[in-house]
Amino acid sequence: MTSNLSRRRFIKGVIASSAAAATSSAWYSAAANDRPAGAVERLVTLNVNGRKRPVDVLPQETLAHTLRYKLGLTGTKLGCNRGECGACTVLVDDINHYACSMLTHSVRGRAVVTVEGLQRSSGELHPVQQAFIDELAPQCGFCTPGQIMSAVALLKDNPNPTREEARQALAGNLCRCGAYDHYLNAVERAAKSLRAEGQIT
Amino acid sequence: MSYLHIGKNFTPPDIYGKVTGRAKYAEDYAVDGMVHARLLTSPMPHARVKNIDASEAMAMEGVVGILTAEDVYPTEAPAPALLTNEPVFVGDPILAVAAVDEKTAENALAKIRLDLEPLPFTVDPVDSLRPNGPSARPEGNVFSEREMKAVSWSADDVERFVTGREPTAPAAMEWSYGDLEAGFDNAEVILEESFVTTGYAHMSMEPRSVLSYWQNGKCHVHGSTQSQSFIVPFLARMLNIEQADLVFVAEYCGGGFGSKIGAYPVLAIPGYFSRKIGRPVMLRITREEEYYVGSARVGFQGWIKAGFTREGRVSAVDLYIVQDLGPNSTGGDASSAGGAVSILYQPDAMRLRDVPVLTNTTPRGAQRGPGQNQIAAVFEPLLDKAAGELGIDPVEIRRLNAPDSNTTINADQGPITSAYMEQALVKGAELFNWSERIRRSGQRNGSKVTGIGVGQGYHSAGAHGFDGLVRLTPDGRIHLHSGVGNLGTYSYAATTRAAAEVLKCNWESCIIHRGSSDAHLPWSSYQAGSNTTFTHTRANYVAASDLLQKMKRIAAGELGGEPEQYDVADERVFDTANAARSLTYAEVAAKAIELGGEFSGETYPEDIHEVTQRAVQAMAGSGLIGVAKDTLPVRGTVPGLTVGFAEIELDLETGKHEIVDFLAVADCGTVVHPLGLAGQLRGGAVWGFGMASLERHVYDPQNGLPANVGYYQTKPPSYLDVPSSMEWAALDIADPDNPVGARGVGEPAMGSATAAVMCALSNALGGHLFNRTPVTPDVVLNHLSGQGQSAAPLAINTF
Repeated sequence: MTSNLSRRRFIKGVIASSAAAATSSAWYSAAANDRPAGAVERLVTLNVNGRKRPVDVLPQETLAHTLRYKLGLTGTKLGCNRGECGACTVLVDDINHYACSMLTHSVRGRAVVTVEGLQRSSGELHPVQQAFIDELAPQCGFCTPGQIMSAVALLKDNPNPTREEARQALAGNLCRCGAYDHYLNAVERAAKSLRAEGQIT
Repeated sequence: MSYLHIGKNFTPPDIYGKVTGRAKYAEDYAVDGMVHARLLTSPMPHARVKNIDASEAMAMEGVVGILTAEDVYPTEAPAPALLTNEPVFVGDPILAVAAVDEKTAENALAKIRLDLEPLPFTVDPVDSLRPNGPSARPEGNVFSEREMKAVSWSADDVERFVTGREPTAPAAMEWSYGDLEAGFDNAEVILEESFVTTGYAHMSMEPRSVLSYWQNGKCHVHGSTQSQSFIVPFLARMLNIEQADLVFVAEYCGGGFGSKIGAYPVLAIPGYFSRKIGRPVMLRITREEEYYVGSARVGFQGWIKAGFTREGRVSAVDLYIVQDLGPNSTGGDASSAGGAVSILYQPDAMRLRDVPVLTNTTPRGAQRGPGQNQIAAVFEPLLDKAAGELGIDPVEIRRLNAPDSNTTINADQGPITSAYMEQALVKGAELFNWSERIRRSGQRNGSKVTGIGVGQGYHSAGAHGFDGLVRLTPDGRIHLHSGVGNLGTYSYAATTRAAAEVLKCNWESCIIHRGSSDAHLPWSSYQAGSNTTFTHTRANYVAASDLLQKMKRIAAGELGGEPEQYDVADERVFDTANAARSLTYAEVAAKAIELGGEFSGETYPEDIHEVTQRAVQAMAGSGLIGVAKDTLPVRGTVPGLTVGFAEIELDLETGKHEIVDFLAVADCGTVVHPLGLAGQLRGGAVWGFGMASLERHVYDPQNGLPANVGYYQTKPPSYLDVPSSMEWAALDIADPDNPVGARGVGEPAMGSATAAVMCALSNALGGHLFNRTPVTPDVVLNHLSGQGQSAAPLAINTF
């Protein structure tokens, strides 16, 4: 089943990148400047939202930290900073990852996409974003970027997911407002419009 | 009644920011020269700070300053402190350090030598009531009638209470109505049960980070709050500044659920710090800190006795509740629980006794249906038990007791605006196919057994007396000023549609102003208590009506005749006798500026709040101003009512259940915003499921330490804990005391879901009452194996 594959790939992605310590102080150690850089080169160029972004990255810096505080991409939210909630979900090579639990150095040479990178150059919203609006899916909105990124990852992998497959695929994204039902409605709606688009082009 | 805007879906303007990542929550702001603050919080549940040695920390490179209790607004116990020298729970903020970056601030905290003297503490209310039991504060252990008291029970009183017998200890608060004795005399069935509902954390997704800076003598605060205008007077007082000197920005709020209704302590800390060190201060809050300072539900330990007549009417209810308040002033939950019982079941006689006890656990406050939802989890399964003994169907016994528009509520048995609970039950039973499903109760499928449940929820859902503000500008645009906060319900926008309705204008011609006290917003209600829809459709209605009257007067003045002969359509004011005689809205606005006075906001009604006055003053001369205080009549309490229906499958081998199906039916007046209502009913249900079987506080009684401070421990429901699809319906019967017929609904939506699941669990197990929330799998397995629970229902609150 494709959704299982997607889920497995997702979990593998998280495990591979879970070098960041799962303590509340990870937030701060991400910004550490009092340790030797070691063999890691600090000035790196990242591929974020299709653009080359040169940035000074500390050895133990998380991707969420780099995106939010160095690249100004505050659409990626930090709800827990320890891999519990999924608010920081971004795509790395088309697979959804918790950006709080992934070291920035590990994404060198890989394609990172955040919620800010979904809108098309024409200004048109990505079908997933539009579907989230049409279903009034977000409530407080804080988990929404993460939900959207997981939905985009799912639909890249499985353009025609069942509701159950969508539910499993998004299960790593908490929503305290309990808007799950509306998020799943939005995924189904987005899948439909993406498939329609695919038929046109 | 047919409406242009009410009852129709629309796209709230703030949603674009939410799906594109452009929405700015407090922590997403950054300003030049910003430094970062970190909190030093108490490692002990109760202590006295004897000395703070920060010399080493202050000498560190990059450290900018320190803020202690002496620097901030002092509060009196048991009001929550901003910073304190007598921490009363693990995680209570003692001081803050600011540095050029967070790492430096965090390292500086580690260099501070804190000399703490441990003080007696308690994490369980009943423990505190025992003879010589510990008190959460030196001032006492009970907070009632706005006073701290030292209350101690006799050993016998404690023994009776914890073993679930009728409490004999005197209550701190009590109310009653009717003849209780006669009520029980008339009863065919009398049930007596003890119960416990644990407290648990709100855990909003957004940790409540705050940014503050001073500019031109004004304090700017970017915060995360449910309310908007309602924050201003209280935060100004906390910061010890004039309201006019506060700029409060809260464009987005990442979840509140009662924990961000008013100005909370952390909101004021960066303002003080920024003033002290002369730099903008960002205070980021971690998930763990959010658990500490982010509020929690009040816990209940109690005893209930309820009488039912042969016909199934509730004849008498005697309710005794010991509340776990945490360390600070709160405590309305028990009385609210009593109020819910009085309206939902209309007992002929009722008594509520309540002992609000302080503990050294995290601060509590309102959490979605505070009191009403705890008691829904307890009373509804009890109702089923009575129904079973009387041979009445569960839906039927609820119909027999269902509130209607003549129902009375609370100790004073006051009136309500309207209620149609019986219709909601009938509608729900039909949609859920109740009569078919109930036959499946107890059906086995392998290790699984089916449970069917129905539950009811109530919360007062409307206030009045707040202001509305609408403005028409010479470009023909209609400006809807919404002082309501943006907590995710979209009611900040939905309620302004009442103004658009009065003005019969296109939604596209309207601009909503919101999110900052600089956006000239009217005085608005607390964005909580399910009240906004009722309260602010009224406020928008009166402001738009004022604007409409002024438009007609301007048209009559310009074109002749009397104002009464004018009406509006297609954004024009026209003479009903000769429609050719008309002015466009744009022309009316230009004329208003020319006329000045009350038309353009140079003068305004005296009864509007000073927050609204400042907004009008700031906009005077910019167009035609419609402004008014809501003085429309209201005949009583505004009830928000819901019914939930659940089917579950309980696995007898694992103790885990799955909710197979759920339906919510709302009696909330006219539906204003269908998708928004759907979101509240379903989201409320998810909260209900969490309360019924997942979420709870866990405290170590020996050291007073919280055992669950992260999401994976507090267990808010995930996608996999709830049905992937939930149905909803609404009666859509107008409330007579709201100009568009609307009432609120957000909180009861949770209580009815909690109750439905609790009843379904009981139904699956042949009527067994757990009398506790949450019913976790271990609780189910303990019951099934007949070995008793690890803690007796009343022995401990945080089991």
